[in-house]
Amino acid sequence: MYAYDQYDQAMVDARVAEFRDQCERRLAGKLTEDQFKPLRLMNGLYLQLHAYMLRVAIPYGTLNGGQMRVLADIAEKYDRGYGHFTTRQNIQYNWIKLEDAGDILADLAKVEMHAIQTSGNCIRNISSDHFAGAAADEVADPRPYAELLRQWSSFHPEFSYLPRKFKICVIASENDRAAMRLHDIGIRIVERDGELGAQFYVGGGMGRTPMIAPLIRDFVPLDQLVTYSEACLRVYNRYGRRDNKYKARIKILVHELGAEEYTRQVEEEFAHLLDQGVEPPLAELERIKGFFPDPAFDAADAEPDRSDPDFAVWLDHNTHAHKMPGHVSAIVSLKPVGGIPGDATDAQMRVLADLAEKYSFDELRIMHTQNVVLPHVSKADLYALWQALNEAGMGTPNADLMGDIIACPGLDYCSLANARSIPIAQRISERFAAKGKEAALGELKLKISGCINACGHHHAGHIGILGVDRKGTENYQLLLGGSEAEDTSLAKITGPGFDEHGIVDAVETAADVYLRERTEGERFLDTYRRIGMAPFKEALYD
Amino acid sequence: MTEQAPLRLREDEACMEPAVTLEAFAGQTNAVAVRIEPGEDTRELLPHLDRLRRIDIAFPAFTDGRGYSAARILREAGFAGELRAVGDVLVDQIAYMRRCGFDAFDPDAPLDPKDVEAALNRFPQVYQSAADASTPIWSLRHQ
Repeated sequence: MYAYDQYDQAMVDARVAEFRDQCERRLAGKLTEDQFKPLRLMNGLYLQLHAYMLRVAIPYGTLNGGQMRVLADIAEKYDRGYGHFTTRQNIQYNWIKLEDAGDILADLAKVEMHAIQTSGNCIRNISSDHFAGAAADEVADPRPYAELLRQWSSFHPEFSYLPRKFKICVIASENDRAAMRLHDIGIRIVERDGELGAQFYVGGGMGRTPMIAPLIRDFVPLDQLVTYSEACLRVYNRYGRRDNKYKARIKILVHELGAEEYTRQVEEEFAHLLDQGVEPPLAELERIKGFFPDPAFDAADAEPDRSDPDFAVWLDHNTHAHKMPGHVSAIVSLKPVGGIPGDATDAQMRVLADLAEKYSFDELRIMHTQNVVLPHVSKADLYALWQALNEAGMGTPNADLMGDIIACPGLDYCSLANARSIPIAQRISERFAAKGKEAALGELKLKISGCINACGHHHAGHIGILGVDRKGTENYQLLLGGSEAEDTSLAKITGPGFDEHGIVDAVETAADVYLRERTEGERFLDTYRRIGMAPFKEALYD
Repeated sequence: MTEQAPLRLREDEACMEPAVTLEAFAGQTNAVAVRIEPGEDTRELLPHLDRLRRIDIAFPAFTDGRGYSAARILREAGFAGELRAVGDVLVDQIAYMRRCGFDAFDPDAPLDPKDVEAALNRFPQVYQSAADASTPIWSLRHQ
């Protein structure tokens, strides 16, 4: 894992002092709320329906046990004993007092963490593959590149007042586990003729106008990564729309200019910037890579004993192939039946910290699906791990199944929401668990947003649900056919929406159409793509 | 609007000429100060930098960050005259402005000099190279 040196630590410490000073000037009336708002947002502090929410960055989703314990301490000391892991691999706390924010940031800084640029119209926390450095299908560990970009984008003087927020994702596999093409910039590290370089996909996103990012450059050499990113951002900062908040994301600029013209402008700016000395030397990338060595795996390759049938089910659903024989990555579900997707209590976080230290070389990952990964677990330890997880309510064997729902906070917390998301997720999870249909359905990614801003990724769900306000009551539209993986696609609306009970029935109806129509080996998404919307519409509305 | 003199971080004598608009500048060969609005292309000035003493970059709202790119582009092109941020210029953005090449500030509302001092000296280092003389952390690490 990356470790701060004196420079990184000094920067984070200075940020804490700066934010304390800004809070004081706000309280003294020297800053208006309008002036203070972007400053607090760039420190992760939102004003929600009932209280402030603080979003803490977990760079590329990687953290260690000690850091997880501090996240637990914050939940206990400053919140109501829980935190909420987000679709961008961060954690947020929903019940924060403004006057505690400075102390929380100081607590975080002690374990090399922060809330810098987790909100606001700036470059946000860089996300990555949750199996980075563990998966068998990568050409490299993407995290050193993400760390290089994290440092470049932190306190960037030119790009802190962009037209809108800006999200970058870095992966290094043909298999996309991070929704790479649904980011403002999606970077895939690739190998060409034995050389590593980066593909740049620019202008993807969800929100009210979902777009899949086009490829604008197939190979950026590693010693031009920062310069190329800078060129992409400068064109956006200069020409991205500022007249309408809803048309301000880079996807709109790329769409309106056309990918070809946007690319032309970026290449021109890039050619200019190459002479400006903005690129760190490759030695800096090498220095960062030095923090991500393979753990000292022991080579034994014994298959776990599958005689406990419940354990066997968990093994089948919640483990992922590792590059090292004898190891797997274990997915810890934060989606118990009827639970709130992505929530973990302080006690659960402490269990995760202990288990990471004991079984996974002191490493944890946050998934964009709002679950947690123990990336490097010896197969010999899996049974003990599973028992410990079960005891803490985190052993639900539902990774990528119907119950593994992504949901935004919705109207229970969020001031932008039109409808509640969490109770819908809870009812669907309960319905399918009670009927025992979940396993039969296999991989089925259900994603729920409580408004068109799409924080719950409904456009990318095999089944998506969008909550809207219809004449003062909550109404839920059903969408089918989205994917955030390497076969990226955007889901389509089935037709008129449903009320909060009707939507649960509708999801079951769609699942039943799949069960009836599927052929051997087809996932829900495959069947939908083969048979199209018509049979689903017929079952839902006729 | 305040009558306070602009805050200058340069030693030379201030150019007191009124700034002309970019459009007026195009047809006026003797202007030495020009004002750039957020939607205008700063690069139109590049052929004429040697006869300009001051460029004002307007910030109608502090949240509109186009002026940061404009400033950096001018410095990258070698402009050595005064670069003045004008308008909704607040103390919490001033350090980033400085890094993008601004060396004078003419804010709508007066700035507290103590706050300016603190803001400009808040961060011990910088993570990236920009239009100022700061040495980025990546360079310090490999000296």
